[in-house]
Amino acid sequence: MKSLEELRAIREKAREQMTLRKEDGPQSTRVIVGMATCGIAAGARPVLAAAVEQVSRRKLENVSVTQTGCIGVCRLEPIVEVLAPGEEKVTYVKMTPEMMEKVIAEHIVNNRVVKEYTIGAEEPGPAAN
Amino acid sequence: MTELSLYVLDIVQNSVTAGASRIDVGLEESGGDLTFTVRDDGRGMSRELLGRALDPFTTTRTTRKVGLGLPFLKQLAEQTGGSLALESEPGAGTTLTAVFGARHIDMPPMGDWAGTVTTLVQGSPDIRFTFRRSGGGGDYSLDTDELREALGGDVPLNHPDVLMWLNEFITENERNL
Repeated sequence: MKSLEELRAIREKAREQMTLRKEDGPQSTRVIVGMATCGIAAGARPVLAAAVEQVSRRKLENVSVTQTGCIGVCRLEPIVEVLAPGEEKVTYVKMTPEMMEKVIAEHIVNNRVVKEYTIGAEEPGPAAN
Repeated sequence: MTELSLYVLDIVQNSVTAGASRIDVGLEESGGDLTFTVRDDGRGMSRELLGRALDPFTTTRTTRKVGLGLPFLKQLAEQTGGSLALESEPGAGTTLTAVFGARHIDMPPMGDWAGTVTTLVQGSPDIRFTFRRSGGGGDYSLDTDELREALGGDVPLNHPDVLMWLNEFITENERNL
């Protein structure tokens, strides 16, 4: 069974990493998942879980995963935005956990935007409201 | 929505939006009834807002005019032979109680309860959540203040490694219910 003891071990490890991050880490990248009723109904929860799991597994120190409300294009949910320092915001649409894993590997780790998942690929032309 | 745990996730977000600092969530089965409760200490609702909270054309958002969370939950409760009740006091908080017919044919599966708990804590690491579960002869509860204490205040509850631990903790406890 999982115990609070394990949590104390996680604490020790995390504290060491946080010290490193404060000292020499670059600015962090934010992965933002829309979690309003529309996002949840469309499958955002496992997408968020996949992002958290990848960040933990790959030990990505400078990536934060956060939630937001309705981004405004409910028909394209689940929607994930990636905000990397010094780069334009990238909006990924109709996401699945598998697509999220690829975005973490390609965009976050290798710095290559996964163009075919972006809102621009889904709806070319002026972005719909 | 296809899982009960998704409804719970959606509804508890209302308490977060209401500025709650403590949210008590219960999902307890007894004698064929499944009772879902959320009690928060958020800003509460006026009598007038409470009166139209279950109307799909009521929302506190300013960007659009529909709010489907509560109407969806009410519909689900009623179609399984249950009911939904809301109590609220401005400045004191809101309590929601939804009763479902656990064995009704229209009752959706529980789905990923651990995913719901983890997502709530991930999104609001500073809120004190308590989760109570019972069913099938077993029960367990979780108070995020206990986790906070074990983490010593310098590691946030939304640290990815903590969330992975939490997900496994809940999954194990669900299995033992």
